[in-house]
Amino acid sequence: MDVLALTQKFPQTQNCAGQDMTTFAVNSAELADIVKYLRDEQGFDLLADLCGMDWKDRTPNLGVVIHLLNTKNREYVRLHAACVDDSVPTVSAIHPGANWHEREAYDMFGIKFIGHPDPRRILMWDAYPYHPLRKDFPLAGIEVPFPAADVAAVTGQTVEPAPMMGGPFVSSGGHMSGAEPQALDQSWNEEKPKS
Amino acid sequence: MVKSDFGYNSKIEGEVIVTRADAVVNWVRSHSVWPMPMGLACCAIELMAAGGSRFDISRFGMEVMRFSPRQADCMIVSGTVTYKMAEVVRRIYDQMAEPKWVVAMGACASSGGMYRSYATLQGVDNIVPVDIYISGCPPRPEALLDGMMLLQEKIRQEGGSLKRTFRGRTVDTKIVS
Repeated sequence: MDVLALTQKFPQTQNCAGQDMTTFAVNSAELADIVKYLRDEQGFDLLADLCGMDWKDRTPNLGVVIHLLNTKNREYVRLHAACVDDSVPTVSAIHPGANWHEREAYDMFGIKFIGHPDPRRILMWDAYPYHPLRKDFPLAGIEVPFPAADVAAVTGQTVEPAPMMGGPFVSSGGHMSGAEPQALDQSWNEEKPKS
Repeated sequence: MVKSDFGYNSKIEGEVIVTRADAVVNWVRSHSVWPMPMGLACCAIELMAAGGSRFDISRFGMEVMRFSPRQADCMIVSGTVTYKMAEVVRRIYDQMAEPKWVVAMGACASSGGMYRSYATLQGVDNIVPVDIYISGCPPRPEALLDGMMLLQEKIRQEGGSLKRTFRGRTVDTKIVS
């Protein structure tokens, strides 16, 4: 791809020297323009992936990562953009396949896609109050009312935190990431919050 | 069937069968359990295998998978029940006509299985009464057949088949929509 033409047309774009593919950190206000430019001028005609990210230590912590594929010369490019006020412009008008990806990113991270034609949740139910893939959300979940009030009235069921200790699928040994709770790691679970 | 239920000698007693109404009704019910395949995840693949010719669930009178809950007797919950789906499972259960039974097939339906997460109901028995739990992840079709035979045994031992209340609980049709 023509890196120079891209960085000259969009001067705020930084080449991040990605190890597996060409990677750019882009200004989120320009995201849709860059995706359109790459599709029309540089042949990146397929949206391979769009996902939300929570970088945890950065400010702002939320962002969007887009993988584009040039189907002619089989070249990938990765764009990542940090959100401004938890929002980025939608690219679903340029690549219609982004529609459900953006709904998922909204559902899981609370990233708002400005101009999205159908900004609803896609996996969790509509009334769910949290965005579960954010790093500050516990894997076990937080107690909220059951999705259907009439079923909850009959069964007395709520959406309750899942047990994290013990169970049949305990992983043991080896180094594991500290970002997620593990069954053998009792330092934080449904009884003791993460310190 | 328990042999003593219908044990008679036609040469001595004539062409007459004496039995209890419960025994006859339960015998009929246990041999025509029409399942409602609540296939939610990979257990449903094993459920389909049980319906195929190798395992052949029709040997037990259960081959008539009914996708309408109004025509089904036994809901086989095969797979992971998410909280979003739990509402649907309960509504379908409520739409089934009494008498009805529920089989929790596999680890996920029984206890949430390996899905210890914010999205997964930790066992379908939180929202519907379960008659038979089948272990496995997923269970083999033989395990499903074994569970269904256990269910048949359970049906045969039920009492009060003709009452308005069923198994001690009044027939609840509040959530039918």
